[in-house]
Amino acid sequence: MGEKPWREMGLSDEEYQRVLDILGREPNLVELGMFAVMWSEHCSYKNSKALLALLPTAGKRVIQGPGENAGVVDIGDGLAVVFKIESHNHPSAVEPYQGAATGVGGIIRDIFTMGARPIALLDSLRFGPLSDPHSRHLFGQVVAGIAGYGNSIGIPTVGGEVATHESFRESPLVNVMCVGVAPASAVKKSAARGAGNPVMVVGARTGRDGMHGATFASAELSPEAMAKRSAVQVGDPFMEKLLVEACLELYALGEDVVVGIQDMGAAGLTCSSCEMASHGGVGMEIDIAKVPRREEGMTPYEVMLSESQERMLVTVKAGSEPQVERVFKKWGLEATVVGRVTSDGVLRVRDGAAIVAEVPAKALTDMAPCYIREAVEPEYFRRERARDLASVPEPDDYGAAISSLLASPGIASKEWVYSQYDHQVGTNTVVLPGKGTSVVRVTGTRKGLALTCDANSVFCYLDPWAGAAHAVAEAARNVAAMGAEPVGITDCLNFGNPEKPEVFWQFKRAVEGMAEAARALEIPVTGGNVSFYNESAKPGSPAVAVYPTPVVGMVGLIEDLAYLTTPGFKHEGDTVAVLGLTYDEIGATAYLAEVHGIEGGPVPAVRLDAERALIQLSISLIRRGLLSSCHDLSEGGLAVALSEACILGRDGDGIGARVRLPGSLRADRFLFSESGARMLVSFPPAALTDVLAMADSRDVPVTVLGEVGGTRLVIEDDRRDEGRDGGRDECTGPQSSRARRGARTLVDIPVQELARVYRGAIAWAMGS
Amino acid sequence: MVFPGSNCDADCYRAVESFGVDVRYVWYQDRDLGGHDLVILPGGFSYGDYLRAGAIARFSPIMDEVVEFAEAGGLVLGICNGFQILLECGLLPGAMLTNAVPRFRCERVHLRVENALTPFTRLCRPGQVLSMPIAHATGNYYADDATLDHLERSGRVVFRYVNREGVAAPEANPNGSCRSIAGITNERGNVLGMMPHPERACEAVLGGTDGRLVFASAFDFLSGGGKLG
Repeated sequence: MGEKPWREMGLSDEEYQRVLDILGREPNLVELGMFAVMWSEHCSYKNSKALLALLPTAGKRVIQGPGENAGVVDIGDGLAVVFKIESHNHPSAVEPYQGAATGVGGIIRDIFTMGARPIALLDSLRFGPLSDPHSRHLFGQVVAGIAGYGNSIGIPTVGGEVATHESFRESPLVNVMCVGVAPASAVKKSAARGAGNPVMVVGARTGRDGMHGATFASAELSPEAMAKRSAVQVGDPFMEKLLVEACLELYALGEDVVVGIQDMGAAGLTCSSCEMASHGGVGMEIDIAKVPRREEGMTPYEVMLSESQERMLVTVKAGSEPQVERVFKKWGLEATVVGRVTSDGVLRVRDGAAIVAEVPAKALTDMAPCYIREAVEPEYFRRERARDLASVPEPDDYGAAISSLLASPGIASKEWVYSQYDHQVGTNTVVLPGKGTSVVRVTGTRKGLALTCDANSVFCYLDPWAGAAHAVAEAARNVAAMGAEPVGITDCLNFGNPEKPEVFWQFKRAVEGMAEAARALEIPVTGGNVSFYNESAKPGSPAVAVYPTPVVGMVGLIEDLAYLTTPGFKHEGDTVAVLGLTYDEIGATAYLAEVHGIEGGPVPAVRLDAERALIQLSISLIRRGLLSSCHDLSEGGLAVALSEACILGRDGDGIGARVRLPGSLRADRFLFSESGARMLVSFPPAALTDVLAMADSRDVPVTVLGEVGGTRLVIEDDRRDEGRDGGRDECTGPQSSRARRGARTLVDIPVQELARVYRGAIAWAMGS
Repeated sequence: MVFPGSNCDADCYRAVESFGVDVRYVWYQDRDLGGHDLVILPGGFSYGDYLRAGAIARFSPIMDEVVEFAEAGGLVLGICNGFQILLECGLLPGAMLTNAVPRFRCERVHLRVENALTPFTRLCRPGQVLSMPIAHATGNYYADDATLDHLERSGRVVFRYVNREGVAAPEANPNGSCRSIAGITNERGNVLGMMPHPERACEAVLGGTDGRLVFASAFDFLSGGGKLG
């Protein structure tokens, strides 16, 4: 360590001064290390918490909002759903298999720490283009790491998303979401209480792995940082499987055994002990000499900062230690008393008789610095928002345009990915990945949970406010398309270096957009994670930030699985229609990027009133049993939704459709616009009157397009020839009565051909 | 049977329970099978699959009882990791290799019933095509040709991976198993090991009920007082 050791640990001179002011003396090395990790962005949210306060966190179902290990929402029948998303971006950039694996392990611990049995995992992944060998390596290893951990521990990985973009080439995003179910009355908290109660370390032994991982995750990735592989932990899913079962068995002993429980993730024993004490308004004394080790000769500093995985810190009621030990022994695990709760608010660390650290617990948590950084609107923002796309021509070949969209990794089938995950273990997965928004049933009830995570990085780059609002709306549409009511959001906010004003502006606008959409749609944000410093630099050049990516993880509640609806077309002769209005909005779309090579333009407008009406309508139609299929329109617009509904049709065997565009917009605008607030539905012709009436009562326009049938996707354009003049702002009216003259066939492709491209694209790109 | 790292134990429990029969978990450190008629070794990653799938679980105290039970003619069904354990402990011949495409693979496959006379398939039609999920990385069944010939001749190949039309085409073999073998029995037919998961195909809401035939056959056999000589 040099002259100013705090700098090497990631603390600024001002922050060090703050430590001096709080302690009234110089910290020793152990104390300094504890401050450094607890005041890192990763643990303290010092750059984000002021803005995160904008997010709506209350709701009639909310049992636990932000501040604990995970959010908790009431789903009736005495049950609660516990869910959270977290990033593991930095470790995955350096060591993709273990980085992703320990990301899975960490988020699972957050869920069972709250008293819930984890029942599903989802992953939101972003990499560089798959034409780049390094990106393929990261992608393959991250998927293998998720599979290696999730499959072994026996929690199904049921869904997620994958996208690629140049900005993630060196800085991949690996966000993992876990969902669990617990009795609403038995949700566990992290607060320690009751002076004299023993504090126990349970699970794995402590080693030197993962030293300073939290600090590592709070800086940009440089070539030097890439050498910090020792900051990446190694996961043991077998150990965690035992830990899950032992903890759930411990909770079953009764309400009064476990007082508080906290997992040891980032900043290990330091974070878990000071948070437990701080949440309970108590102090804690830990004797690190009693912490079981896997290596000899570890210093107090190393024991306090180790990020060895698969460990928990538990405060139990005095006298119940033998019971606790018995449960863990059954599962072949250790449970060791390492300290006790005190009443003085101080976190006191001993090494046998010697005191090695003595810090007020709240100094490490509540008293962490809080910054509101400077936000400056980047120059590109106004330019792209004003960009005129009128001169973008129609594609020469609509079929080829659709194929190229279906082959893009963000849209193509993720079968290559999810077939490597055990998505069925637990026998609760009712809608499997690849067949729609994944749905798991809630055992013992008629209910199901629709689970999704969504973001559009290009939208968010071009307009962070609109992009984040769209992510909320898209996630809500995804669950509503299955008939589920959105009940909670967990967010994972992936950004560059917040000390850069343009990055902080992206962050600020994204949080504001997410807050506005969540409030308008009345979906509480019950927790999440912020990941800054997702930047990387090649030697000799400045660090470049990833595209801002606020991922929205959402849980939707299906009251009765009997009314489940999926996106694929079902029956010959069903009527095909779009709910909601299509605007001339091809800016920022996948079409513009894939077909015309333009990544830019104005992001489609956010229409939250229309989103709310559409979501309510979709749920009502499904609960009335009127729809055969329901598919959200998002990336790739109507063209991609139609293709997918055909490909997934008839339980995956495929079924055709013949549609005629109403002619109110130029065909490419209508087919590829990414206007929000729309669903593609099909229903028996006899249901038309009811569908129209219900849509009318909620002010949602319906455009009937055609019918399901045959083995080909046929798209005709009803637009009059003289109207081929570029897009107009006029939206489509229902039941257009234009003269039917000059209709032309834009697309006439066998569904099998679409399916071949859609299902094969990622496997081909990955070379197997 | 519950080994440390088993993760399909609860799924098997739920599937068996749906037949209205008495079912309970047996812990790997127990030394008593409790007088039950059918022993199921569930899927999962016993001991994390460290060393080799199933290699450590076979040394569990309860496995002595399972071997003795099997040798006395009791019904034993090993699914996925359970199949691997049965191979490791020698109740069934052969070994499992890593999948031919060396990745975990989770998907629905088709199986053809090659022998409908076993206690686990007696309610199936010969040649019936069943649909069940697989989920494994180490399901590439291997045995030498002499062993395979012997298995085939003696009707011990119970399930084979086939396409939807019932043909054992190479592309319908998900893991590269010798002769597309998905499940085999021991000489007497009372011990079945299979890689596909029948317990995941016991409810229409989960996508299929073909798995029920395996359990129903076993219960039918047992209720007939069946005992294999």
